[in-house]
Amino acid sequence: MSDSQVGLLSPFKIAVFWSACILAQSMQAMGAEEPLVAGGARMASMKIISPNGHLGFAPLRTESFRRGIEAGPDYIAADSGSDDVGPVPLGSGQSTSPEAWQRHDLKEMLLASRKLGVPMLIGSAGDTGANCRVDRYVEMITDIAAQCGLKKFSVGYFYSEVERDWLRGKMQAGEVVEGLDGFADLTEEELDATDRIVAMAGVHPYLKLLDEGADVIIGGRSSDSAIFAAPALARGFPENLSYYLGKVLECASFCAEPYGGKETVLGEITMDDVKVTAMHPEQRCTVASVAGHAMYERSDPFHELVAGGRLDMTDCRYEQLDGKTTRITGPVFEPANEFRVKLEGAGRIGERYVGIAGIRDPYTIANVDQVMDWARQQVRERFGENGYELHYNVFGRNGIMGDMEPRRAHPGHELCIVVQGVAPTAEMAEEVTITGTRQLFYARLPDVKGTAGGVSFVFDEVMRASPAYRWTLNHTVPVNHGLEIFPTHMTEAGV
Amino acid sequence: MPNRKLSDLAKTIRSKNAGVNKITFDVIFRTAEVYEEVKRSGVLSRASVAALFNIPDERIASFVEYDPGYAIKFTIYRTRPSGSPGDPDIFGAQQYAPLLDIDVPVAAG
Repeated sequence: MSDSQVGLLSPFKIAVFWSACILAQSMQAMGAEEPLVAGGARMASMKIISPNGHLGFAPLRTESFRRGIEAGPDYIAADSGSDDVGPVPLGSGQSTSPEAWQRHDLKEMLLASRKLGVPMLIGSAGDTGANCRVDRYVEMITDIAAQCGLKKFSVGYFYSEVERDWLRGKMQAGEVVEGLDGFADLTEEELDATDRIVAMAGVHPYLKLLDEGADVIIGGRSSDSAIFAAPALARGFPENLSYYLGKVLECASFCAEPYGGKETVLGEITMDDVKVTAMHPEQRCTVASVAGHAMYERSDPFHELVAGGRLDMTDCRYEQLDGKTTRITGPVFEPANEFRVKLEGAGRIGERYVGIAGIRDPYTIANVDQVMDWARQQVRERFGENGYELHYNVFGRNGIMGDMEPRRAHPGHELCIVVQGVAPTAEMAEEVTITGTRQLFYARLPDVKGTAGGVSFVFDEVMRASPAYRWTLNHTVPVNHGLEIFPTHMTEAGV
Repeated sequence: MPNRKLSDLAKTIRSKNAGVNKITFDVIFRTAEVYEEVKRSGVLSRASVAALFNIPDERIASFVEYDPGYAIKFTIYRTRPSGSPGDPDIFGAQQYAPLLDIDVPVAAG
């Protein structure tokens, strides 16, 4: 989910290496009676199931997955990534959720994939698609295969991390690393502040690994739609429908109604259309739910950018085929003139602690800004103006919406203040945070009746949180072709 | 003409990250009729959402009427990227509430 903004830019002039290959396949295929063979057998239609829109973030639901398996898919695929989780996991090289949930889904998918003898694809391993997450997923696949005594199979994987010096070289050679969505073009200073960078792969490393016969593919950071588009392209289906198939399947049951995440959906592609079917007995893929999904998590509901081109959904036609299935025709794929890939980067700001305080006195609530000013002043007197961060979120007033809150002037009868202190060392972050929290208790309001303490504490302590990171890169960079920065590898698992 | 709350007329009113530096809002209707009526009423526009959320027009990245989905959709820039220290809504998922109570003058619905 939520990572489709892969770069490319108009005007469209020349398709680059891989796009050109794919386009050639598609054009040939259009003239043939059946799709051409490219990394797979001929087929008039192909089915993929998608059991989870963000593998690992919550476990897939097994009943609809079982129904999906019974429908006889040709591929089983899931996206495991999201930039929704903020910059910390990428920066620190961690996943956001218990490994048991990742293992659960990988095991369900692997056992089904081996039983049916169809490939399994995972993109953006472990939330971020960092190299260490790809390695961990490959290890888990290997472990599960050994534990379950699965017959030997091949595991293809690829990395998406980009070295800072590679990017520096591009910049020094005069390439502009263009900022997206309000980010300025990249400077060397901002590059130096970055701890880890991943690039978003398109279909290209998946196509290569499928062509080499991988039974399981574990991908680094990838465009969501590429994970599903690649098998369709490998089987010779047209680009427009292949990318649409990816677009509609990447969030699993988010394209169905009623709302219910982590349920399996099945997509079927032919030379003429895409059909999507909900596998949960109570869910349906309707014209409204499928058309509605095109706008989810993106500002532009008509276009999807991928590495190497753009999917235009403006003229999509949606038809209800039966109670659970919607048919889609009419998407258009425009190859890019220049091959740009999106980069995501996170940079460490410092260590972080968190404190919590509550307020019930209406006079103190009315004057909560003065209370926080007092505490800030005590931090300032101890540590000066700079070299740390101190943040307050005042829940019950405008904790969630900040300055956008229309009801800011009408706080509730109790408030909860969450305090965050960030500093270069853990010791300093702890003291910044405890000062910023404890001094709320001692704030001096002229007419307060309660002189024994200005706030309530659930804990009279502050808690160490993850280090603070920030998004430093949300940019695009030109590359020579779709495999330039996505090295692929093959290994084996099973006995 | 009677007024109805937007929350009574819409099937879905939601907000969510669109990339790391934007939040997108979707107001989705069940039928073309209600969608067209709300569109015609003009209660949702760049200007009205800017006023409601107390932000300048430059913070609005786009405002789209999405006919295939019976949806009105707008997207705003964040003041800092998601997950920066102090960001209280990393997913951008709880920013839509002020839309619920918008009064819509309607004949049908």
